[in-house]
Amino acid sequence: MPELARTPSFLAYVRRDVLLAYRRLGDTVAPLIFFTMVCTLVPLGLSPDPQRLSEIAPGIMWIMALLATLLSIERIFAFDFEDGSLEQLLIAPQLIALPVLAKIVAHWLVTGLPLTLLSPLLAMTLSLPTSAYPAMLLSLAIGSAYLSAVGAVGASLTVSLGRGGLLLPLLVVPLYMPIMIFGTATVFYAVDGLHWSGPLAAMGAMLCAALALCPLAAAAALRVTSA
Amino acid sequence: MVTEVKKWQWFYRLGSPRWFYEITGRWLPWLLCAASLLLASGLFWGLLVAPPDARQGNSFRIIYLHVPAAILALVGYYIMALAGAVGLIWRIKMSFMVMKSAAPIGAALTFIALFTGAVWGKPSWGTYWVWDARITSMLILLFLYLGVLALQRAFSSAEMAYRASAILALVGTINIPIIYKSVDWWHTLHQPATLKLTSASSIHIDMLQPLIVMICGFYVFYVVALCLFTRAEIIRREATSAWVRALVSNESSR
Repeated sequence: MPELARTPSFLAYVRRDVLLAYRRLGDTVAPLIFFTMVCTLVPLGLSPDPQRLSEIAPGIMWIMALLATLLSIERIFAFDFEDGSLEQLLIAPQLIALPVLAKIVAHWLVTGLPLTLLSPLLAMTLSLPTSAYPAMLLSLAIGSAYLSAVGAVGASLTVSLGRGGLLLPLLVVPLYMPIMIFGTATVFYAVDGLHWSGPLAAMGAMLCAALALCPLAAAAALRVTSA
Repeated sequence: MVTEVKKWQWFYRLGSPRWFYEITGRWLPWLLCAASLLLASGLFWGLLVAPPDARQGNSFRIIYLHVPAAILALVGYYIMALAGAVGLIWRIKMSFMVMKSAAPIGAALTFIALFTGAVWGKPSWGTYWVWDARITSMLILLFLYLGVLALQRAFSSAEMAYRASAILALVGTINIPIIYKSVDWWHTLHQPATLKLTSASSIHIDMLQPLIVMICGFYVFYVVALCLFTRAEIIRREATSAWVRALVSNESSR
């Protein structure tokens, strides 16, 4: 009879992953620097005109946040796969979906949340109207959590295939398109002075569904790919 | 107990690659006949007999390829995901083989639908490509197919490739309605000038009849293609088994 009481709690898994991310600070900060740098490319490549920048700022912010998440999502399982702790997790007598959910939460805490907190700074340089800031913050916070959850499924499918591949973006980018549509719409609505709670609510619904289903799918995929 | 076993025999037989190979070998000539008959008569009817469109002239006739391809591209994704789900739940290898075979066919059909749409769009809309809701959804569907194909080829273990791509196909299935709805909504948000040529008028009965024949023809053709791909996959996967060896030696000694 396995001792279920000894299995670590959900929060313990989150704490562990956040701590590991902190220990690998260089890797953790890289997506944030990438986010900032690519946002700098926009005025250089398009035009430094504040009027034009403010028109495209919501879309730019969202595309860059998506790419930054994509850059880091591979790491959600990669380190644990390399050092063997993922295998230990899989043979432990417990539901794997729970630690997978913890990994999603931890990934959001070290990637999505910092991206969201960094976004006002970049929005300012891209001349996004101040009235759109709350919408942008909320849409990025909810949206990046969705990106982490769906990305975890892709990462679990490709975890044993080695790193640095382009396969993972190929799998998850089509799945990212709906949240991107609602995310940018939320900010565009706010810029235009419309009620932006509609698309934001749609994002919330999508996040709830993703948090319920993605850990199960990712757990099933981990059982297949890292066996 | 014995009757219980008999009741499920057909189900287990369905899971046998050898049985599938033999039964489809018997069906294929008939299916092939039906497909060519339907496609030939549908094309003749649609391209030569049906009246030209009042506004678009003859260019509308591309729908006889475009619409059936688009329908089968979507249906094909669900067939692929369903086969993958059956494989995952009942652990039937045969079902995975069908799933794997459905991916390239579906991707090709999606591409045909997009390509014929672009060719039709040039004379009708004046441009090969517009970010129309349906076109964008089809493009995303193509990406989903390509993802499944890429994942299938990434694994060295066939068993792992089957199961991983089945999970991806299922995740994609849940996402297809979400993608379709969100793209539709996005499109109404960014409604471009006027490209409402297709939805304005319902199709005339003289044009609809050959279209239905073509759709039926594409369905049968899809089954033929799926059988052929699956048979090839069976031979590839079962190459070491006795019956495949016997089959090959019979073929070569003939």
